[in-house]
Amino acid sequence: MNFSQSFRLAVKSLMTSKMRALLTMLGIIIGVAAVIVITSLGNGMQMMMNQQFESLGANLIQVSIFGRGGGSRTIQPEDMYALAEKYPQYIAGVSPYVSTQAVVRKGIDEFKRTSIYGVSEAFYDAARGQALSGETLREGRFLTYIDVERYQNVCVIGSYLEQAAFRGDALGKTLTIGGAPYTVVGVLKEQARSEEGSGDDLIFIPYGSALRANGMADASLYLFNSTGRDTASTAKGIIEARLFQTFQSSDYYFVMTSAEMMDAMNTMISTLMVVLVAIAAISLLVGGIGIMNIMLVSVTERTREIGIRKSLGAKGRDIRGQFVIEAGTTSAVGGALGIGLGILLAQAAGVLIGGMMAGQNGGGGFSAVPTVGAIAIAFGVSVAIGILFGYLPANKAAKLNPIDALRYD
Amino acid sequence: MEHLIELKDVYKIYQMGEETVHALDGVTMAVDPGEFVAIVGSSGSGKSTAMNIIGCLDVPTSGQYLLGGIDVSTMDDDQQAEIRNKMLGFIFQQYNLIPKLNVLENVELPLLYAGVSSAERRQRALASLERVGLAEKCKNLPSQLSGGQQQRVSIARALAGNPSVILADEPTGALDSRTGREVLAFLQKLNAEGDTVVLITHDNSIAVKAKRIVRLQDGKIIYDGDAHDPMAVVQPGEAGEEAPT
Repeated sequence: MNFSQSFRLAVKSLMTSKMRALLTMLGIIIGVAAVIVITSLGNGMQMMMNQQFESLGANLIQVSIFGRGGGSRTIQPEDMYALAEKYPQYIAGVSPYVSTQAVVRKGIDEFKRTSIYGVSEAFYDAARGQALSGETLREGRFLTYIDVERYQNVCVIGSYLEQAAFRGDALGKTLTIGGAPYTVVGVLKEQARSEEGSGDDLIFIPYGSALRANGMADASLYLFNSTGRDTASTAKGIIEARLFQTFQSSDYYFVMTSAEMMDAMNTMISTLMVVLVAIAAISLLVGGIGIMNIMLVSVTERTREIGIRKSLGAKGRDIRGQFVIEAGTTSAVGGALGIGLGILLAQAAGVLIGGMMAGQNGGGGFSAVPTVGAIAIAFGVSVAIGILFGYLPANKAAKLNPIDALRYD
Repeated sequence: MEHLIELKDVYKIYQMGEETVHALDGVTMAVDPGEFVAIVGSSGSGKSTAMNIIGCLDVPTSGQYLLGGIDVSTMDDDQQAEIRNKMLGFIFQQYNLIPKLNVLENVELPLLYAGVSSAERRQRALASLERVGLAEKCKNLPSQLSGGQQQRVSIARALAGNPSVILADEPTGALDSRTGREVLAFLQKLNAEGDTVVLITHDNSIAVKAKRIVRLQDGKIIYDGDAHDPMAVVQPGEAGEEAPT
């Protein structure tokens, strides 16, 4: 069996000329590391997105209404409530969802990164004890019909604000939103480690107040909950039919289920990943050419050795095998180094991005983890490249005339 | 009885530019098992070509070469490699050991290509090294040995495959005269033990250590007979143009 000796020889020659070996493998190392980093980040991104969607709730349906520029055709919250009442087997709840920007103050403390959402009393399903976007109440109560109808200055706050602004005792106390005093009536359960800017740094107020702050008449975003994951697409159809009835065109609204959002996001990330990996693959190609180059040099340098081996009875395929194994070993070692480097870089990038993400919107933590599949493929591809690009030099070696090879100095 | 080596009217013709060179010009000779033959000739006499053909490294342009009764003159490269592996043991002027392999691995090479299992390979290579008295150096690299020792390793390698013919190409060319004599004495000992040895050299003083001398000039055999015959060592120029062929 020729393989083990060829393999040992290959390792030996890599060890004896480390610098040359490293330079030979550099293309492969960079290419593989790039592929690992890209797939790890993409993978981490996908996992984070999925986690966020999961926390939003798999039953969530987002309805965006662009409206018909000042026309009389508008959708009122009542129209949406009616829909929910009419199809209770499909639609579990609906509420306007109005995001607004305002400075939140408590005494001299200012909270600039707090998210403020205007919702209706229907946003919180008391029976299930859960809001449409997944939050649950820890103490106090949620907004009521009266609060919403009368634009009462009451709010429900996240656990971060409770800690940071009220030191854990918020119920009945007051904070100001855009200068107006709001009384805290409820506190949400912690869901993102109570960090600033996270999913715990938020306030729910009656949507009318939020609309007023934004200077708008109608809510442009509604959140629906379907009764279950499998009724989501039916619920979507019902909502779309109702909206079409009002607008007579599908250009003025957009309905998307949580699953669709997740799919769209995943598809986007996957596409991006494929493009980036394809770019990284160019480096692998260059690496392969580097290996071919150095193998051609090696064949010339070892012409005499080839002649000796042939005179002792090595056939063409023995010589070819030896050099192909050597090229394969070189690229495999390069691949392994690239994988190691890639994992390290991915982890570093993961920590970096994770830190930024936690500042941005908390949510689930970000970690860049390479999949076993990606590692296996990266390794396999690098070995294959070595064999592929090693074949030409190996074939050249195999075809050497033993007489000329023996005389070569 | 069948000859071990049999060349029948062998021609080897090269085209060198416009000129046609007859490196071997109708050579017919035979070697029987147990012989010790020296093929002698000056540079350009065709002895290297003869060695290449006898060593199955090259094929004749015309004529027939039988090795152990098998016609090898029409074989392709891989078939020749197999014949070399099974029937021939080479000893080269430059030893031709592979510098990255240790002594044992070098000696194992012909067995490796013969497909011998690793345990048997090791055992046979060690036995072969034992014969040349270098078994204790088996883990050394060739560069750690003296020239004479390296040549003995190459002899061990030639013996390892248990070949029918030992083919020695100027085996003493790179050695000082004392170690050269030792190597020759060793070849004589091998021959005495029954091995067939074919020695290629330009040097009469070495050729006379063989039992039989075949002298080549301009691709033709001009002497073939007992090494102790005075005619065997006559340089062609001295014998004149009418030297018997």
